[in-house]
Amino acid sequence: MSHIDKATVAKIARLSRIKIEDDKLEPLAGELNNILGWVEQLEEVNTDNVLPMASVVDVKLRWRTDEVTDGGKRDSVLKNSPNHEYGFFAVPKVIE
Amino acid sequence: MTYIVHGATGDFEIVVGLEIHAQVSSNSKLFSGSATAFGADPNTQVSLVDAAMPGMLPTINAECVRQAVRTGLAIGAVINKRSVFDRKNYFYADLPQGYQISQFKDPIVGPGVVTLDMGDGVTKDIGVERIHLEQDAGKSMHDQHPQYTYVDLNRSGVALMEIVSDPDIRTPEEAAAYVTKVRSILRYIGSCDGNMDQGSMRADVNVSVRRAGEPYGTRCEIKNLNSIKFVRQSIEVEARRQVDLIEDGGTVVQETRLFDPVKGETRSLRSKEDAQDYRYFPDPDLLPLEFDDAFIEAARATLPELPDAKRTRFVEELGLSDYTAGVLVAEKAQADFYEVLLDALVTASKKDMASVASKAANWLTGDLYGALNKAGKSIADTPVSAGQGAELLALIEDGTISGRIAKEVFEVMFETGKGAGVVVEEKGLKQVSDTGEIEAIIDGIIEANPNQLAQYRGGKDKLIGFFVGQVMKATGGKANPGVVNKLLKPKLDA
Amino acid sequence: MTDLTKLKIAEARDMLANGDITARELTKAHIAAVDGFDALNAYIAKTPEIALKQADAADARIKAGTATGMTGIPIGVKDLYCTKGVHTQACSHILDGFKPEYESTVTQNLWDDGAVMLGKLNMDEFAMGSSNETSFYGPVKNPWRKGEIDTVPGGSSGGSVSSVAGFAAMGATASDTGGSIRQPASFTGTFGFKPTYGRCSRYGMVAFASSLDQAGPITRSVRDGAIMMQSMAGFDPKDTTSVDIAVPDFEAALTGDIRGMKIGIPKEYHMDGMPEEIEALWQKGIAWLKDAGAEIVNISLPHTKYALPTYYIVAPAEASSNLGRYDGVKYGLRETVQGGSLPDMYEATRAAGFGEEVKRRIMIGTYVLSAGYYDAYYLKAQKVRQLIANDFKAAFEKVDAILTPTAPSAAFAFGEKSDDPLAMYLNDVFTVPASLAGLPGSSVPAGLDKDGLPLGLQVLGKAWDEETVFKVSAVLEEAAGFIAEPKIWWR
Repeated sequence: MSHIDKATVAKIARLSRIKIEDDKLEPLAGELNNILGWVEQLEEVNTDNVLPMASVVDVKLRWRTDEVTDGGKRDSVLKNSPNHEYGFFAVPKVIE
Repeated sequence: MTYIVHGATGDFEIVVGLEIHAQVSSNSKLFSGSATAFGADPNTQVSLVDAAMPGMLPTINAECVRQAVRTGLAIGAVINKRSVFDRKNYFYADLPQGYQISQFKDPIVGPGVVTLDMGDGVTKDIGVERIHLEQDAGKSMHDQHPQYTYVDLNRSGVALMEIVSDPDIRTPEEAAAYVTKVRSILRYIGSCDGNMDQGSMRADVNVSVRRAGEPYGTRCEIKNLNSIKFVRQSIEVEARRQVDLIEDGGTVVQETRLFDPVKGETRSLRSKEDAQDYRYFPDPDLLPLEFDDAFIEAARATLPELPDAKRTRFVEELGLSDYTAGVLVAEKAQADFYEVLLDALVTASKKDMASVASKAANWLTGDLYGALNKAGKSIADTPVSAGQGAELLALIEDGTISGRIAKEVFEVMFETGKGAGVVVEEKGLKQVSDTGEIEAIIDGIIEANPNQLAQYRGGKDKLIGFFVGQVMKATGGKANPGVVNKLLKPKLDA
Repeated sequence: MTDLTKLKIAEARDMLANGDITARELTKAHIAAVDGFDALNAYIAKTPEIALKQADAADARIKAGTATGMTGIPIGVKDLYCTKGVHTQACSHILDGFKPEYESTVTQNLWDDGAVMLGKLNMDEFAMGSSNETSFYGPVKNPWRKGEIDTVPGGSSGGSVSSVAGFAAMGATASDTGGSIRQPASFTGTFGFKPTYGRCSRYGMVAFASSLDQAGPITRSVRDGAIMMQSMAGFDPKDTTSVDIAVPDFEAALTGDIRGMKIGIPKEYHMDGMPEEIEALWQKGIAWLKDAGAEIVNISLPHTKYALPTYYIVAPAEASSNLGRYDGVKYGLRETVQGGSLPDMYEATRAAGFGEEVKRRIMIGTYVLSAGYYDAYYLKAQKVRQLIANDFKAAFEKVDAILTPTAPSAAFAFGEKSDDPLAMYLNDVFTVPASLAGLPGSSVPAGLDKDGLPLGLQVLGKAWDEETVFKVSAVLEEAAGFIAEPKIWWR
């Protein structure tokens, strides 16, 4: 169906926000092609008029009432953060 | 109406579509129980769900569903009894989950229409393609620290309705009118407070240009416009930029841009190499959203009279001009003020509604709006209430004061907030309708002006105005003009 | 005195109730066992102080007469479950130092019933693996050895099965996405149970693939599994996919009576290249159930061979999105690049924080969801998934339960399959179909192979009919008479 080349691996890595060194792209392309080539056997299955599974359980989405029941726990929210200042999460500066 | 950008090589027209992000009026967030109030301290309205802690799961707020359905019904849209929440995957500092829960393929609301009033009885229908529910992101602050961007997740997970128009808009004015109308509808039904300055309503504008008769050009999206003025200006500026670019031999690239109101320009927001691929797929943490006809009908039953229907009623039942009715219904707060004013006036004056409707409308749109405008105030903080306005108008109706005096009374009311009756009493502005008193004054004036009397009787009919003026002057304007006219003529003619 | 660590939960429950032992004694014996278990690398965090505190509370509760089946029972917790103030990293480097400010619903249910936490258990990183070789904390060893050769415990719940098989916990929480409870149970001679999707709350379980993840217990008997499952299960409003239906009395289902019950034998589970011993064990299992009065029915689940490829599209797709939150901003590891931007931080953090298998799955998932490939891969897989679910639905109109082998092999040596992802994925060939369909299933220890390694049989049931799975499992357990124990080489 498709063949993943080095450039495609680089693109997927970028979308996934995972830094992959250049020399790793080629081997990774091989691995991913192996897996994709294998899953492509699904093409054999006739799925005409089959609806994709929406949920494995046959129940309706439950709704919550509109009440404030949470929040007010800034310390808990920030506690595990690698860097926070003045009640904010701090990350390397974003230039817009 | 078309809007033409005149280029060096010919004329271009513009094609515009809008995405309005309207914060749903709800106490808690779309998928968590945190509060949504504006202006809280950073990260104090954040739950562990909003902060995307491992293993945290979304649960949907029923009120947000109901408000989206009401909004759809208010624009006559198709309501989808089954819709699906999808994940829109991308990385950003203020997007803690690494995805936004939104609706992509199957939105809760399908096609509808918003009708714009473009003046002089001209209307234009703008198609709404869809309305879907989605989470808002948090807020990044880039200017607080030299090395860091600060992130506040208070807004993270707040429910938004994204209202997506068809590319039916052809002028900056239509775009402004569309945003105004949508905001008006949202405020009428109470599904969003429409406060653009607090970020509870923002617009993304898609702009393209083309020469007449050509297919749509490539569009650019201008993000996050937080005022109607900016919507209009950004379209003008962006259309001009695209025309200049095309005429210089360039090509418009589909991209996201930011409007800089200070510099009056738009600029590219994301670099091209970072082409987005959001990898939408149904959120496996949430089942499809389903409801029945009874739910829709219950939502419909809570809809108030909407601006278009109200305007028709004002024209047909109250005899207002189309223009005046349009002005009154444009903002819910104004329409509400008018209806309270009119009801109070009918009660106070015991007159029939149709007979006083226009007077009330004229006072509101003329006197009160004029004064508010001058004072830089809105109807929400008017010093003269609808009840006070009705009292003032009732005093004219029962002949206590004249229309001219009424304006003087109103000025005092506006300044002091006092009631009409009090002002009239304090300033002694009560109109004189006592025929005996007025007759005596008339007799004195006729006696004091024999020349004018002779001229009048010699055929100069217009001098009656002179005599009326003298009577009013002598009574300090308080004489009832009707009574003066009635008494004066027979005496002059005698 | 008897070795307290060899007791089954049911036995300990009775002895605690009778006052023969105290929860403190039982807990202390287990704390010692845990300390003597380091060679297997099953525990990655030990919580003896918490355990003793809970044990004392349990003793008080037993005295007060308000004990439940799990009161005073020392268990291990898979590192996938968020435990308040205690190491929780799903065995990933990217969650370095993470201590949640909250407790998962399943573990909270256990603590509410008086269970005792011995520590956090090793697992494949983010539950991605079938041999427990992908953990950031290193591989877990199986107490069962092939002669003198170490074997893998299976995965992803490797620490859970290893600790229970090696008497370093009476039971352990595990989780099953494509077989992560049943396959390792088979490898270690333990009982593993995965309930119907929606029976247990996923709240506070680190997500791998949301539409598949489901909690379940590892124990040394079917009855113990029923007792522990009883505590773990239940509706939770905090998880929209948790279903609001009553939890039956699982232990009461263990009547031993399966007369007249119809047991399906799916022809598609006879796999080429499967060891003869496994085929033979399956036939034994069929005979045992027949002897117990069940009717054996040959059935077909025609889309079985497509279950693994379907799973390896759906699970990575969901994982690629679920793992988007690990970005170095809110918790865990942060790797910055000198003078780098925010995207540089993301890329460096995720490159350093995720292991190879996790990266591979994130990238597969990203690819199958990307523009132009969504329909061909993800949508197609969800359609095939529906067909797989339909296969089971049709089969369960004819039968009450299904019997199959749990895994196509016994435990294997370290490194044997870790270089070949596809060979590794095949481990789950018999467990994945029921995961895709959300059905309950178990693995019951049923025999040993020629090397003396345990083998399990899998029982599958209808949605919400865990009782039948427990009932059939108990009959198999009884008939198999599996009493083998691993030779204790680690202390």
